[in-house]
Amino acid sequence: MKTICFYFQVHQPFRFRRYRFFDIGNDHYYFDDYTNERIMTKVAERCYLPANAMLLKLLKKHKGKFKVAFSISGMAMEQFRLYAPEVLESFKALAATGHVEFLAETYAHSLVSLRNREAFVEQVESHARLMEESFGQRPTVFRNTELIYSDQLGEMVADMGFKAMLTEGAKHILGWKSPNYLYCNSINPRLKVLLKNFKLSDDLAFRFGNRNWCEWPLTAPKFVDWLRAGDKREEVVNLFMDYETFGEHQDKSTGIFAFMEALPAEVLKHKGLAFATPSELAEALQPVAAVHVPYPISWADEERDVTAWLGNEMQQEAFDKLYALLPKISQCKDERLLKEWNYLQTSDHFYYMCTKFFSDGDVHAYFNPYETPYEAFINYMNVLSDFSIRLNAAVPRSDVDQELANLTEVLAAREEKIRKMEDEIRKLRKRRTSVKAVPAARKKAGPTA
Amino acid sequence: MFGWEFPPHISGGLGTACYGLTRGLSQIPDVQVLFVVPKAYGDEDQSAMRLVGANQIPVKHRQLQLKHFSRTLDYIEVGSKLVPYMEPEEFWAHTRREKLKQLEFLNVNEAGLVEFSGKYGANLLQEIRAYALVANVIAQDYAFDVIHAHDWLAYPAGMAAKEATGKPLVVHVHATDFDRSGGSVNPAVFDIEKRGMEAADMVITVSNLTRKIVIEKYGIPADKVVTVYNAVEPHDNHGAEPARKGVKEKIVTFLGRITMQKGPEYFVEAAHRVLQRMENVRFVMAGSGDMMEPMIRRAAQLKISDRFHFTGFLRGEDVFDMLSMSDLYVMPSVSEPFGISPLEAMQSNVPVLISHQSGVAEILTYAIKTNFWDVDAMADAIYGVLNYPGMAKMFKAHGRAEVDALKWENSALHVKAVYEQALGA
Repeated sequence: MKTICFYFQVHQPFRFRRYRFFDIGNDHYYFDDYTNERIMTKVAERCYLPANAMLLKLLKKHKGKFKVAFSISGMAMEQFRLYAPEVLESFKALAATGHVEFLAETYAHSLVSLRNREAFVEQVESHARLMEESFGQRPTVFRNTELIYSDQLGEMVADMGFKAMLTEGAKHILGWKSPNYLYCNSINPRLKVLLKNFKLSDDLAFRFGNRNWCEWPLTAPKFVDWLRAGDKREEVVNLFMDYETFGEHQDKSTGIFAFMEALPAEVLKHKGLAFATPSELAEALQPVAAVHVPYPISWADEERDVTAWLGNEMQQEAFDKLYALLPKISQCKDERLLKEWNYLQTSDHFYYMCTKFFSDGDVHAYFNPYETPYEAFINYMNVLSDFSIRLNAAVPRSDVDQELANLTEVLAAREEKIRKMEDEIRKLRKRRTSVKAVPAARKKAGPTA
Repeated sequence: MFGWEFPPHISGGLGTACYGLTRGLSQIPDVQVLFVVPKAYGDEDQSAMRLVGANQIPVKHRQLQLKHFSRTLDYIEVGSKLVPYMEPEEFWAHTRREKLKQLEFLNVNEAGLVEFSGKYGANLLQEIRAYALVANVIAQDYAFDVIHAHDWLAYPAGMAAKEATGKPLVVHVHATDFDRSGGSVNPAVFDIEKRGMEAADMVITVSNLTRKIVIEKYGIPADKVVTVYNAVEPHDNHGAEPARKGVKEKIVTFLGRITMQKGPEYFVEAAHRVLQRMENVRFVMAGSGDMMEPMIRRAAQLKISDRFHFTGFLRGEDVFDMLSMSDLYVMPSVSEPFGISPLEAMQSNVPVLISHQSGVAEILTYAIKTNFWDVDAMADAIYGVLNYPGMAKMFKAHGRAEVDALKWENSALHVKAVYEQALGA
């Protein structure tokens, strides 16, 4: 029995407007509303709405035999509300079928998991709450931004109560092993790990409409043949991709919608194939082994690591300067600042600063509002400068006060301790003077003897 | 006078200098100027134009009534693609882009049939030759006593005019290729410069620094080379509303092309050192150029990007806004023949820090001077100006007075003396 697990990523960042040095301190609005609305309405029209309509039809038709999972970032949810509420409604209709699972992720689609545990937990919690409010189900499976995963991250996620986590079936991690089994975290084996089958996933996401591809055109029967091929004992095929694959990355004219519409029926023709959501998989299957990932991996670029966001000096600098604000943010009560803090963290801003033009330039250029990575960096740092000025004004020096308060507390505790110890010493001395005569006599006797 | 740009269409200090000098000369009773510039014609009105020369190059003769000029200026524009501050390679890239645009347009009619001579360098030299050709014709049509050519692109024109009329030639060296290229001199450019200077009866340099280069590197006899310092147009900044400064920190500004000649890397390093000592400061690098991207990376590497800002190329009013927000202006040029921009900063009441390797350092007293490579000294000076208000106050007050005393009229008188020498020679 082979189970097919579809998972789609839905995310759109809040893109910044051109924010100049002269704006710092004068103008506190950072967003390019026009571009954001334009892209959102365009993608809604070409992808989200028709794809949701198609899925709804399929889910109803196959009555629980066809299942999919989504992860929708908080940024995308907010933009639905602002620019395309009908998309949100159509997702709710999908949720109502009961055959769609919504996964947890970081609210801001951020890279915070690589930096700070508390902030990470908080963001995941606020996203889980959002999913529960919007779709009536609390996520039990976690997927990190861009499928970033490492052993430590997995352990952290397990501690938060999730039972499974999704990541990339990266070749350099798996080696000879197949991604088509269920694995578990190497530190906490109770966390199941689902690995993306990147070959079959990318056949749909990247190669489907490419006429130079030797397998073009890809049909549903052909794809099902591929799904059935390979070792009969393999248990699962994880097909993870951007939801924008449908209609946006692969245009409607490539036939991607017709393909997807035909696929479930074609799969269900075969007894050995079925669909399941990630949480069902994690329940049903036993992990075959632990997967060891000492350094973070992701689903991006040829390297499958985090260098697409934190590869060069600019990205690291921006990332460090951003999270240097964390202590202040934790004391901040200003609603607007906290909201913008989310928007600032979105991984896309770092992606735009990437200088790996050669291997994956095309993918990076997608929806990219900047001409060069340098421009992206300058703009981001200008916005960040203004933001930190405002943050400093909103949290006036209280971190210093707080620190002082903390230090005085520590000092007081220490003084208390010292006093206790002095008391003890005094007591001991007293006792010693009372029995002084004997040991003193012994000591004197020692060397002479 | 053969130049290559004239306000309002200017891209750098040369146009400003030409304008100022011409204005200064117009104040002298017995001097009259005929100004010739190459100009790329677009869709402007061409009715006033006359075609000249073998290639039927469009030429437009105008009489300009300019403010601050005592009489009208005879002004001739020559159709050409010459653009100042360009090396042959850049020029090729520039014109090629232009041609590609044409190609797109032509493609509609007859796809791919258009061919271009793709050899760079040749195009620029061709344009220069065409300019010289026109100069030859103009020289025969107009009456004058002295030929004055500004910088290397105009030298051949000056030489051609001299050949046609036998009138004395004065070449004005605003920069040499040693300054522009930072050492890797283009032999073709060097050759034109050297021939121009050799053919000239007198050579004017904008500073002693440049004079030394002309004498030592180009082998020009010292008695033929005279230094005439530039000046600065009086700037009236009372009318304009000053830009609102959004940040409360002090601002230290680098303003200019971000190229090797201007020494931007020393500014970044100095900023890094200053930021280790004090918090209350932001650095701004305004302008664009081929060194911009490495500078952004360096700033990120030093982890100062939250205090070190890039604005990109600034236009018109933005330049004055930037200056009015600044607490210190830094020009760490590696090799600057003169450098008018610090004078403009001083007019805006901003103290300036300049390198000894700039010509303007020879005439300024109320400016801080360091060697361009001495990053520690530079950092020290920046820290001093920002933290000891007395210092900034002194530089502001005396600097303004000093710069107000630099008048183009005085420079023009010097130039006239050079003319007389050339006529006598």
